[in-house]
Amino acid sequence: MKERRFVRELLESKQRILVLSFVVGVVFLFLVIRLWHLQILQTENYQAMSENNRLRFVPVAASRGTIMDRTGKILVNNRPSFSLAIIPQEVKDKEALLTLLSELLGLDRADMAGRWEKSMGRAKYYPIVLASNLTRDHVEIVEENRLRLPGVEIEMKPVREYSGGELAAHLLGYIGEVSEKELDSEDFEAYNPGDYIGKNGIERALEGDLHGNDGGRQLEVDARGRVLRTVSESYPTVGSSVMLTIDASLQKQAELAFGDQAGAAVVIDVNSGEILAFVSNPGFDPSLFSGRLPADIWQGYLNDVRHPLENKALSGQYPPGSTFKMITALAGLQNNLINDSTTVNCNGSHKLGTSTFKCWNKKGHGVTNLRKSLRESCDVFYYELGEKLGVDKIAAAAQAFKLGTPLGVELLNERSGLIPTAEWKQKRFGKRWYRGETLPVAIGQGAVLLTPIQLASMTATIANEGTIYRPHLVKRIVDADGRTLRETKTEIIGTASFSKESFRLVKQGMLAVVNEPGGTGSMARLYDVKVAGKTGTSQVVKLRDSKQGIPYQYRDHALFVAFAPFDNPEIAVAVVIEHGEHGGAAAAPIAGRILRTYFDGKKPPRKEPSETAKEESGDEDTVTVTDEKEMPAVVKEVRPPGDAVHD
Amino acid sequence: MIDRRLLTNIDWVLSGLVVTICLLGILNIYSATTPYKIVGTAYFIKQFYWMLLGMSISLAVCSVDYHILEDLSYWLYGLLLFLLLAVLAVGRQSMGATRWLDLGLFTIQPSELMKLVIIVAFARFFNNFQSVGGLTIKEVLLPLGLLALPAALIMKQPDLGTATLVMLIALSMVIYVGLRWSTIITFTCITIPMAWIGWAFMLRPYQKNRVLDFLDPERSRLGSGYHIIQSKIAVGSGGFAGKGFVKGTQSQLRFLPEQHTDFAFSVFAEEWGFIGCLVLIILYLSLVLWGLNIARRCNDRFGGLLAVGVTAMLFWHIVINIGMVIGLFPVVGVPLPFFSYGGTSMITSMVGIGLLQNISMRRFMF
Repeated sequence: MKERRFVRELLESKQRILVLSFVVGVVFLFLVIRLWHLQILQTENYQAMSENNRLRFVPVAASRGTIMDRTGKILVNNRPSFSLAIIPQEVKDKEALLTLLSELLGLDRADMAGRWEKSMGRAKYYPIVLASNLTRDHVEIVEENRLRLPGVEIEMKPVREYSGGELAAHLLGYIGEVSEKELDSEDFEAYNPGDYIGKNGIERALEGDLHGNDGGRQLEVDARGRVLRTVSESYPTVGSSVMLTIDASLQKQAELAFGDQAGAAVVIDVNSGEILAFVSNPGFDPSLFSGRLPADIWQGYLNDVRHPLENKALSGQYPPGSTFKMITALAGLQNNLINDSTTVNCNGSHKLGTSTFKCWNKKGHGVTNLRKSLRESCDVFYYELGEKLGVDKIAAAAQAFKLGTPLGVELLNERSGLIPTAEWKQKRFGKRWYRGETLPVAIGQGAVLLTPIQLASMTATIANEGTIYRPHLVKRIVDADGRTLRETKTEIIGTASFSKESFRLVKQGMLAVVNEPGGTGSMARLYDVKVAGKTGTSQVVKLRDSKQGIPYQYRDHALFVAFAPFDNPEIAVAVVIEHGEHGGAAAAPIAGRILRTYFDGKKPPRKEPSETAKEESGDEDTVTVTDEKEMPAVVKEVRPPGDAVHD
Repeated sequence: MIDRRLLTNIDWVLSGLVVTICLLGILNIYSATTPYKIVGTAYFIKQFYWMLLGMSISLAVCSVDYHILEDLSYWLYGLLLFLLLAVLAVGRQSMGATRWLDLGLFTIQPSELMKLVIIVAFARFFNNFQSVGGLTIKEVLLPLGLLALPAALIMKQPDLGTATLVMLIALSMVIYVGLRWSTIITFTCITIPMAWIGWAFMLRPYQKNRVLDFLDPERSRLGSGYHIIQSKIAVGSGGFAGKGFVKGTQSQLRFLPEQHTDFAFSVFAEEWGFIGCLVLIILYLSLVLWGLNIARRCNDRFGGLLAVGVTAMLFWHIVINIGMVIGLFPVVGVPLPFFSYGGTSMITSMVGIGLLQNISMRRFMF
């Protein structure tokens, strides 16, 4: 019974398959009939529709956000740039069109033909740019002759404008076309080939905020390329604006102070970590990088021994030289190896085993206490102290200041510097640390490396007696309507715990450096504000004796760090002059000029007749940018150049 | 492992049809993507790799006797339900819907796998189910529940296209098993008010728009109606002989949306015309009829049910996709098997082909 049922079912289902096959055939027949209807009966109708079908999608790039300084002055803006493009499929007679264009606009025919040739092989509706940076006159001529120029289009796109020229070039960075490699990376997943992105500096670090969202327009055009109507449109969203902590006028003066010298300076707010000036000299012109960079200028940048393209303030790592002595001194005070009354007799050199370590002053400094050791930058004092401390205790004091690690400034590729320890040497070279190697470390030589940001942060932490703020460059992000999207909060990233007395003694020494007779930093002295500082001269290579005729790249680096006012510190400055040879002579005056500018700016503005007219750029703290057009297009020099570098 | 005798029984008709369609698809993808600015490997080459991968998987599937699925069926079903739940909980969002599940090494789309698993589950269910003279209403309730759970979860993602396909596949299998007239009438009476409720309360606005656009394409020339109009223009302007390879204006000027995936057929229709379409449709028809033939030749009920299920899956994909492209159905994201660009669809379809091959090869083993 059961088996009979099974067989019956099997037979039934086989019959059903035949029915299903028939149904399938009928359904497919329907498809074929429909295709017959579309492709045979109505084809003329549809062919006409496809002929007239000229919808085109035109992407509209979002305008990048602006970048401004702490007072709201615009540093980076956009201006419209017009270019001449053709749509190949719309062009009937290529040669005639080229001739006509060169006649009407006076553009080079061969150049346009060349660009056209290069873009062959792309989709024929895709615009080819024949000439960029058209003048308004050109645009008008094209518009007037629209009918004679089928297939010709004027494209408008925003171009980055750096109103300060080379001002803060490394900090601001530049934009460029996204590369294939970048398209593959996670950061740029959502980008398309041809998009412009920040390549460097703030432009790169805050790309996500600055870029905005691109939009597009669907246009219906007729056979001659004239736009009939906009079919649909999605609007681009303007990128957010970035307000920096930088003070443009201070930045400008700091850059001017460098002149031709290569180097870096970082000015930092002692009580918040805000970076007020961020200099890497020499600069470059960021606007050149968004277009095609002329080969000779590029070569010029590459061949310059001063490396203009390098961001020295961010990724330059320098031996701090004597500016490191504060760290060694604090380590000594903390470990009770020295105190206020400890003295060392400096006779110009210090012997350890068979080696002799020289003081910079061959005659010696005589009896030297801590204050004098800082003031006159006696090396022997620190050789002896370093020998007693050992490298790891010096390193511990440096690490308490977060030296040897990136401090977390917003820019990419911040370097960490280097604080050597015995363990580090073992790992790196597989060798144990020798006592003799500690002595150069004690005076900031040997393997010690710091970035200018770290130097400034270290000085600020000494000035505020132990609080390490995260140095930062971005004050807030503002959307296109002026609403604040993000505000950088002051962030304490660590505490350098040394006793109040230790800090007091070191700071006293730093005051003496600038203000007492015999101090090495007298060139940073101001007549009205008490400045404390420390000079540093760090060896690039070991060379003996005469400095005469030493090639540029082997000369010593000159450093100077300072904070002011002494009693109630507001800002800290670090200046590095590459191959500047003497900290006191080369770096200290620049620090002095920066401090001068800062404190002049804090006074009520001097009302000189010529000055009053262009004075109104807004209050330091209350500026909120609501309308870009109201912002001054060019960074104004509000303050007179630093006029008082006192000796 | 694989019996030597089996190799002599390889179904060359099946393999030949699939490979031919795949190659036509790759040719078409080449043309459809020429107007794209391509970064990295070209789509048609990637599709070739997908084809090779799909064929390897297909081979792997047919090397193990399909009867093992009988034991695994409910486990697979349970696992898939779990994955569908997981998608809703932690899935990756893409284009407004959550369909993908990130498994660390790769992402999977459980709703796509459900198409295959519902076939296996239903085959298992009806294999042990004896009914004379067609299924009664009572007998239908249990498989209905089996279907409703995953269908509801897929709807929730929301993925109307896949949910519909899963239901259509199940329905086809039920029809194959046979229904009583009373059952059919009762269900029609229930379905119509249900459909109204679904329309009023369950469909998302964009889904409703698609249905409305289909009924009246002029309703929104720019929204989803735009796709239908542009696709019809492409197909219609192809005429009898087509505009020629890589010469279709609609596709080369990129008026078609997703022209290398869901609308690949309209590119083909524009460039190869009615003749080309006829060839392709005959290939697909042969594939479906051959699938049914495999079911007919198979002497065990489980295999027959499996073969009908897989064939139904292919059939509905083909009909819905082509129907959509030529304006017979609303726009739903259903790819044309072996022809549209895309790895997921290729692999699902190839697994199906592997099953058919498996059943076809072993038809003499009983």
